[in-house]
Amino acid sequence: MTSLIMRTATPLLSPLMVFFSIFLLLRGHNNPGGGFVGGLLAAAAFAMWAIAYNVQVARHRLAVDPPLLVGSGLLLALASGSVSLLTGKPFLTGKWVEIPIPLLGHLEIGTPMVFDVGVYLVVLGVLMIIILNLAEE
Amino acid sequence: MQKLLLVLPIIIPLGTSAILILTWRACRVQRWLSLLGSTALMVVAGLLLATVWRDGIQATQVGNWPAPYGITLVADLFSATMVVLTALMGFAVMIYSLSGLGIDPARESFGYYPLLNILLMGVSGAFLTGDIFNMYVWFEVMLISSFVLLALGGERAQLEGALKYVTINLVSSAVFLTAVGVLYGVVGTLNMADLAIKLHNTAEPGLVTTLAMLFLITFGIKAAIFPLFFWLPESYHTPPVAVSAIFAGLLTKVGVYALIRVFTLLFTQNVGYTHTLILVLSGFTMVVGVLGAAAQYEFRKILSFHIVSQIGYMIMGLGLFTPLAIAGSVFYIVHHIIVKTNLFLISGAVERLRGTYELKELGGLYRAYPGLSILFLIPALSLAGIPPLSGFWAKYTLVRAGLEIEQYVIVAAALLVGLLTLFSMTKIWNEAFWKPLPDTSEKLVAGAAANQNMGRMRVLVLPIIILTLLTILIGLVAEPVLLLAMAASEQLLQPSEYIEAVMGA
Amino acid sequence: MEVVLAIVVGGLFAAGLYMMMRRSIVKLIIGLVLLSHAVNLLIFTSGGLTRAEPPLLPEGAEEIVMFVADPLPQALILTAIVISFAVLAFALVLFHRVYQSVGTDDLDRIKPAEESVTHL
Repeated sequence: MTSLIMRTATPLLSPLMVFFSIFLLLRGHNNPGGGFVGGLLAAAAFAMWAIAYNVQVARHRLAVDPPLLVGSGLLLALASGSVSLLTGKPFLTGKWVEIPIPLLGHLEIGTPMVFDVGVYLVVLGVLMIIILNLAEE
Repeated sequence: MQKLLLVLPIIIPLGTSAILILTWRACRVQRWLSLLGSTALMVVAGLLLATVWRDGIQATQVGNWPAPYGITLVADLFSATMVVLTALMGFAVMIYSLSGLGIDPARESFGYYPLLNILLMGVSGAFLTGDIFNMYVWFEVMLISSFVLLALGGERAQLEGALKYVTINLVSSAVFLTAVGVLYGVVGTLNMADLAIKLHNTAEPGLVTTLAMLFLITFGIKAAIFPLFFWLPESYHTPPVAVSAIFAGLLTKVGVYALIRVFTLLFTQNVGYTHTLILVLSGFTMVVGVLGAAAQYEFRKILSFHIVSQIGYMIMGLGLFTPLAIAGSVFYIVHHIIVKTNLFLISGAVERLRGTYELKELGGLYRAYPGLSILFLIPALSLAGIPPLSGFWAKYTLVRAGLEIEQYVIVAAALLVGLLTLFSMTKIWNEAFWKPLPDTSEKLVAGAAANQNMGRMRVLVLPIIILTLLTILIGLVAEPVLLLAMAASEQLLQPSEYIEAVMGA
Repeated sequence: MEVVLAIVVGGLFAAGLYMMMRRSIVKLIIGLVLLSHAVNLLIFTSGGLTRAEPPLLPEGAEEIVMFVADPLPQALILTAIVISFAVLAFALVLFHRVYQSVGTDDLDRIKPAEESVTHL
């Protein structure tokens, strides 16, 4: 698997894939996309390092221990769902805040968005655990 | 606040598990955090049951989407009781693992605690959901964590057991999903309360009965009823004992819960066919399970076959389908979860002392450890239905319900199976506790004695003592539990309160 | 169209079950994959096939006026796909481990756990 083409393409493609995965994550609320697909794509980006070079390089590129991603993702999703509990609404009820940004209008941030970020992290973390462990064998 | 109680049994294990994953591999921290989590779960479950008992059925709409469209969480007395038992078993197994003997350190540091918490979340979720597709999702949450727990460690016997377990459960999930898909095609809703209304006005009774059969197959596989039980005795004795104890106590009971839920709420159009079939199956399940146990000489395999036979009793109440019979089923589930988990925990303690589960190689335990022997004897006799222990009242209620509607065959089967269970328990008693230790086992005992530690053994025995005391307590003061079971059965058989709570919330 | 899909679903079920009953572990996995596809397609079909717009409100509209597709079967399938993805990934790893420890992919030659210790 250590072909020259793969080794050359990976450093170029991998950041692009991570960017695109974040784009997918962000557009997921109103359009096709979301945390799950985004997470899959990001995992694919890091898996390419493992395929083109080796597992250590992939771990190094990821920089974070995968279980940490899973745990924090779960907590983030849980926290986003619990926000509505504070206002007396049922668990997971969406809550939105508008942040005005000068010159650009306003930015709407809501708990479903945070939930999706949590999903993104969990999917990325779980897939990295599976892929890296299998690749190490 | 009351709505919060419905969500907390899911949030607490999830949050605990998330924190545990963050403290990955810090074994000691994980042990205490899990214990803390399961204690909190127990408190919340207790409060939930108290609230439901006081104020009637509770329901909440997750995400604030109105009833038939969103996912409803709903707790009636039956599901609240089940959540309490789940929390209790989680608590018992956490203490058991705290000793460091219920599970070996390699497994313990490789995600055992987070998985156990996810399992508890899946089980509580399945009990609390009011949406049939959501129930499928909780089943999968529960299954995938149980898959990993079962295979964790990767011993050969474990992997072979897991192969069967995973395959049969994936087939069962496929059937479940098929049934849900067709149900949606026919009725156009997945909310169970809404389904109950619409199924009663359906124009296609034949199709509904077919659907009922699909659900009977899928939940039958999960609950291990005849003839779909063969995977259970093949896999339950392979993982470490703390894992098989929680499996034995909870997993099949989720299947039984689902059966009781759908066959009291949704599929009551053709009771003459569906429930009679369930009654026949329950008889076969009891008899075949107990006969299977008679041929076994491995501690946990005998107990596994008895799970199958006991499932028969729980389904028997559903098959009889009278208020008293359903109450008997509920009572039986309460009794069974406590006793069966306890017996598995005891088998683990015996293995720690003697280094084997094989009855032929065991012996002399009564002479060496009279206390532990008594602790075995009480749940064992309770399982067989000896008064005044919890099993007696559970069986008595079911038998009386059977006599009331003159189903003498099933009553005879139930009594006969009780006798055979006693025989089976006596066999374990004779072989493991009473007979002198065989000469060939000296080496095993010496090997086990080498890595014993009395302080840890005490922690190991603590949950066994708690559960045994509960068995005795339920036996001596059966009335409150019976009242609870009667009230739960009333709610199950008159779904109008359930429907109102869900659709109105 | 329903008839065609019904036949496809039936075919997938039959193929999946047939593969599961073969003796090889690999074929067992393929059977499970086919089975989950069959179920997903069945949900899709039984949810009702329509030629319609996606169930999204246009910008500024208050209620839906055009003929839209039922989004629920698709949501169900999506969930089921995600779950079966996770479960099958696990099953693949597990079966791989079984193959490693037993050294054969022939299910008939994998002895049941209890026969490895013979008693009586």
